[in-house]
Amino acid sequence: MRWVLVVALALLAGCGDEAGAGGGDARLVVSAASSLTKPLTACSEEFEGADVRLSFGGSDELAAQIRQGVKPDVYAAANTRLPDELAKEGLLSEPVKFATNELVIAVPADGAATSVEDLAEPGVKLAIGAETVPVGSYTRDVLARLPSGVQKKILANVRSEEPDVNGVVGKLTQGAADAGFVYTTDIVEGLKAIALPEALQPSVAYGAGVVEGAKQADLAQRYLDGLTGGPCADALADAGFGPSPTG
Amino acid sequence: MRSWFAGALVVALGLALTFLMLPVLAIFLDSSPADLLASLGEPGALDALWLSLRTTAAALAIIVVVGTPAAYFLATRRFRGRALVITLVELPLVLPPAVAGIALLAAVGPSGLFGGLIADAGIELTFQTAGVIVALTFVASPFYVRQAQASFGAIDPRWLEASRTLGATEARTFARVAIPTAAPGLLAGGALATGRALGEFGATLMFAGSLQGVTQTAPLAIYERFSTDFEDALALSAVLVAVSAAILLAVKLVGGAGALGDAARSG
Repeated sequence: MRWVLVVALALLAGCGDEAGAGGGDARLVVSAASSLTKPLTACSEEFEGADVRLSFGGSDELAAQIRQGVKPDVYAAANTRLPDELAKEGLLSEPVKFATNELVIAVPADGAATSVEDLAEPGVKLAIGAETVPVGSYTRDVLARLPSGVQKKILANVRSEEPDVNGVVGKLTQGAADAGFVYTTDIVEGLKAIALPEALQPSVAYGAGVVEGAKQADLAQRYLDGLTGGPCADALADAGFGPSPTG
Repeated sequence: MRSWFAGALVVALGLALTFLMLPVLAIFLDSSPADLLASLGEPGALDALWLSLRTTAAALAIIVVVGTPAAYFLATRRFRGRALVITLVELPLVLPPAVAGIALLAAVGPSGLFGGLIADAGIELTFQTAGVIVALTFVASPFYVRQAQASFGAIDPRWLEASRTLGATEARTFARVAIPTAAPGLLAGGALATGRALGEFGATLMFAGSLQGVTQTAPLAIYERFSTDFEDALALSAVLVAVSAAILLAVKLVGGAGALGDAARSG
C-alpha cells in the first residue's frame, strides 16, 4: 500500500514541480482579460527566458481567483479598477496602464443597426457583458449617458449577459444576437463595428501588475515591462489597441 | 495476505471519501445558515433556483417519455449496428460541456444546420428558456437511457414471454411488466439525469445565454457571483448541493434502500 501512496505523492509533487522542468525554461503564468487573447497569444511565444502560460477569462473572474489564493505571476485586466483594488488589498504590485481600447457596437456584417438609438427598436436582440465584467460595466456607463427612455428600451432588449467579451462575440458570430457592445479590437470577420459618439465613449484603459508572492517575480516584471515596449506592445498595437495613456 | 488487502480497501475508501466530501463540506463550513438564507433573499438567486428546477423538470419529462421506450427497444431487440447505436446514445456522457454547447449551436443554433428550419417553424431557442431545456435534455438524457437500458436488460426474458403468451400485447407487457420491474433502475437513472441537468453550465451558457429569470440557471448565477461576491456564490452553491442531495435521498427512500444499489449492479 505504501508504494501506492509514494507514487501518488510523487505524481502530485511532479505536477507542482513542472515549472522547473521542461527544458530548463521557467514557467510564467499570465492571467489576462479575454479581450487580450489574440495579441498576448501571439507575442508571448517570443518571450525569452520562460514558457508563458496564458489564462484568459473575464477580468473579474481572474481577480476573484487571485483573491481566493490562486497565484498567477502577472494579472492584466480590461480596466484599471480591478488591478487598483487588488493592489490596495496587497495582492498586486503597483499597476501600470499599458493599453487603451474603445467600446463599439458590434453587429453582424449584414446587420441593420447603424446607431445606438437603433438598439432601442423593439425586437432587437442584444448580448452584452454581465455587470461584473469590465466590458459590461463600460456598456452600462454608455447606457447611463443616454436619455432614460432610450436606456430602458435598450436594456429591455438585452437577451443575454455574458461572463466575458468572448461570449458576446460568440453570440454575434453565431447569429444569435443582433447587436452587442464589445471592444473595437474584438471585431472579427463577419462582424462590423459602429463607433460610438464621443460623448458616449467611456475611457477604457488596461491595467496590469505582478501578483504578490509570484513564483517568477523578476520574469513577471520583465513581462509587464514588455507590455509597454517590446513584442507585446507591438502586438497590442497591431491588434488595434491604443498606446498606454501614461507613456 | 487477506488482512493486507482488506486494509488497502479501507484506505482506498477513506481516500476517496475524503477527497469527494472535503470540497462539499467546505461549502457548508464556509457559509453560515444565516448567510444562506440572506443570499436567497438577494434578487436573482431565487429566480435562478426556480428556473433550474423548472427547466430540469421539463428536461426530465422529455427524457423519460422518449428515453424509456427507446431504452426498452435497445434492451430487448438485437439488430445490426446495435452496439453503434448504444455508443451514439451514450456519447454526450463523455462530451465536455463546451463541446456540447458548440455542437448544439452547430446543429440547431440560429446559423446551424437546422437553424433555418427551426426559425421557419417559429421556434426560438437561443436566449429562451426552451433553449436551456434543449441543452439540459442533450447532456442529461444519456444518464437516464443508459440506466434504463441496463434495467430493462436485467429483466428475465421469460417474464416478458410469459406475459405475451398469456395474451398481453407487447405494449401492455411493456407498461404492466417491464416498467414496474425496472422501476428502481428507472428511478435511479432519473435521479442521475436530474443531478446532471441541475448542474449543467457550459452548454447552457454557450447555447442559451445567461439572463436572470429566462436563461440564468443556478450554476450560471453561481458563476456570476463568484467574481463579485464569493459569500453569495457559496451560499447558492450550498442550496444547490442541498437540493441535489435531497433528490438523491428521496429516490433512495421512494425506490427502497436497494434502488440505487440494484441499478448500479445491473449497470
